[in-house]
Amino acid sequence: MSITVQNISKRFGSFTALDNVSLDVPSGGLLALLGPSGSGKTTLLRIIAGLEVPDEGIILYGDEEVTHRSVRERNVGFVFQHYALFRHMSVFENVAFALRVRGWKQERVRQRVGELLHLVRLEGYEKRRPSQLSGGQRQRVALARALAAAPRVLLLDEPFGALDAKVRQELRQWLRLLHRQIHCTTVLVTHDQEEAFEVADRVVVMNDGRIEQVGSPHELLQQPASDFVMDFLGCPDYSI
Amino acid sequence: MATLNRRVLPGFSLSLGYAVFYLGLLVLLPLAACFLKAASLSAGQFAEAVWNERTRAAYALTFGTSLTAAGANMMLGLLVAWVLARYSFPLKRLFDALVDLPFALPTAVAGLVYSSLYVPSGWLGRYLVPLGIAGAYSRLGIVLVLIFTGFPFVVRTVQPVLEELEPELEEAAATLGANRWQTFRRVLLPPLIPPLLTGFALAFARALGEYGSVVFIAGNKPFHTEIAPVLIVARLEEFAYGEATALAVVLLAMSFILLGAINLLERWSKSRAT
Amino acid sequence: MQHNVKPTRSTSRGDPWPVRWGLTLAALAVLIVLVLVPVVNVFYQALERGLAAYWHNLFGDPNTRHAILLTLMVAPPAVLANLVFGVACAWAVTRFRFPGRAILLTLIDLPFSVSPVVAGLMFVLLFGMQGYFGPWLRAHGLKIIFATPGLILVTAFVTLPFVVRELVPVMEAVGPEEDEAAVSLGANGWQMFWRVTWPNIRWGVLYGVILCNARAMGEFGAVYVVSGHIAGRTDTMPLRVEKLFQEYNTPGAFAVASVLTFLALVTLALKTWLEHRERQEIAEALASTKTKEKQ
Repeated sequence: MSITVQNISKRFGSFTALDNVSLDVPSGGLLALLGPSGSGKTTLLRIIAGLEVPDEGIILYGDEEVTHRSVRERNVGFVFQHYALFRHMSVFENVAFALRVRGWKQERVRQRVGELLHLVRLEGYEKRRPSQLSGGQRQRVALARALAAAPRVLLLDEPFGALDAKVRQELRQWLRLLHRQIHCTTVLVTHDQEEAFEVADRVVVMNDGRIEQVGSPHELLQQPASDFVMDFLGCPDYSI
Repeated sequence: MATLNRRVLPGFSLSLGYAVFYLGLLVLLPLAACFLKAASLSAGQFAEAVWNERTRAAYALTFGTSLTAAGANMMLGLLVAWVLARYSFPLKRLFDALVDLPFALPTAVAGLVYSSLYVPSGWLGRYLVPLGIAGAYSRLGIVLVLIFTGFPFVVRTVQPVLEELEPELEEAAATLGANRWQTFRRVLLPPLIPPLLTGFALAFARALGEYGSVVFIAGNKPFHTEIAPVLIVARLEEFAYGEATALAVVLLAMSFILLGAINLLERWSKSRAT
Repeated sequence: MQHNVKPTRSTSRGDPWPVRWGLTLAALAVLIVLVLVPVVNVFYQALERGLAAYWHNLFGDPNTRHAILLTLMVAPPAVLANLVFGVACAWAVTRFRFPGRAILLTLIDLPFSVSPVVAGLMFVLLFGMQGYFGPWLRAHGLKIIFATPGLILVTAFVTLPFVVRELVPVMEAVGPEEDEAAVSLGANGWQMFWRVTWPNIRWGVLYGVILCNARAMGEFGAVYVVSGHIAGRTDTMPLRVEKLFQEYNTPGAFAVASVLTFLALVTLALKTWLEHRERQEIAEALASTKTKEKQ
């Protein structure tokens, strides 16, 4: 399921968060939105999800225009920055939530939740509450929850921002592997260049509500399109 | 931090619609009736209803006792908030919970027990009346019961602010040579002024409208111990609806002004705290 | 109006001990004379003549029995109505931005600042026999003023703000993230509300309901005006206390007063317990948004 963003603009009062932004995400791709805070990347992600309504422009999933569909109808998997796990539910119930609201039978639910917890390597944690989990574990529950109803699109808002450096690195690699397994079109928001470069096929550098450049990590480093891109990317300390 | 969009989360029209409907029916409609009725009086009738010898006495009494009670509450409330926030002693949690009792206790009970405590045969009256302190069927009685009903307001607005004050402030003052009194006056008291005033305004507003407790203890003698709400009820019992409404409008105007003042004070408090 | 009973900090050692003890004793004296003595006195006077007399005062007198029943009939509907309103209004105000939001918040505070007598008067002007709807009501054989519906209405007015004012800070502290997550996972409005929103706000709601109920059962001035205080028909418990007091039946008045006082004490106890739960709820909500965690 590809995602097409066409001429999206969004203003909050007098502040322009996004200014005529257009973008294509190929089906099955893993795209990172990279930029400093205030660049509009989270706003764009939320518009793609349906958690914000743009002032201008359209969003397409595949060939369908979804701009005016509610977030519920879009069937997206959204992972929030601070996970937004349901504090009063166990891990099992959190992951099962999307299935329960769709009226799945208990047997199917148990099977699917089991698969997902296996995928995120949290078997045995079914009865735990979010408050009993570490940050990295909560992150994986949030991911499993988002994937439960087989969404067309997976959107992650600074998923590793709140975690320890070591945990971040492990989860990054793990996300990459996961993506190869499930092939879900994925868009990831981050302000961390290393993260974007390590995880994504293509990176979108954003600044001040506009796209500065789109390309593979290699392209961005070899042929920066503007001073901003050059300054922002600096010198990464690994080779691609 | 999420930006809130009315089309993302559900239930906007339903919740707002119901809320506005409910408020309109229960609050705005009665208010409208009140102002409509008052407007049906001629200017002369209105003036006569709200400004005569008896009403002047009632305003003076209502205002005077409420001001006195709120002022007393400001001092007593500061004392109690200070002790609760800074010191520890046995049964502290119990006493802390007691502060809220005037909120939970029906005003009629407060009036009943206060009047019975301060009569010559009462538990407190037997010591106070011989000293010349008549706490029942007097203006002092009104003030006493208003102090009771308004007591929690000052304590509960001052206490959180006191608890949030950093100990480092006092330590800094000490290192700079200030003694305890100076530290209190110059370092600790200033941040307490906004909540003290807010609590005062809240207690004052509550006292102005208080009826249930005062009715028991005041004796309700016109020109002497008749507060404004009692006068309104008296007019109602005479079926003088117009006059009663006129007086009610005066009290309402005072309420609105105080509400505005309290809002401003709370905003000032918040801006000082950050 | 809630706060924490925090552990005392080292600053108390900064005040010299005579000051500390003097102030503490003074504060305790204030609390005892102002609050504790009256409470004890109520129970003392109620039970002075023995339990049998106490029981008779409460349940032997038909008018008092009726007053108790009436209070139990008037308070719950008013509290329920304000509960529904409170949740709806808090949802609208904390999850959305719209023009007039500030006015709405001010309107909610209005019943707090209006004298109960004025509140009663307003409803008499609306629904009394000479009121704006009076003729219409009479034509349809309906009675609001001097009857139970009027009592319920005026009680609802006077206790309107309690649930909302309690819920708004709770809902703001908990934040919309979980609700948004639920919607993004496919929940419709009711599913989101019952499965996700409600568990996070229920302690706040309960707290508001308890305060609302205490005030509803104890309301005097507004109900006095609207009831016509017809003994045995439209007297609630607080009005009954006053009636008995006027009849110089002090033991009777104190008997009823003791029931109301007991209710107030139970309210305080529940309130303290719920404050604890509510604080936990908010602390957890804030903790789940903290950055920098170790695995």
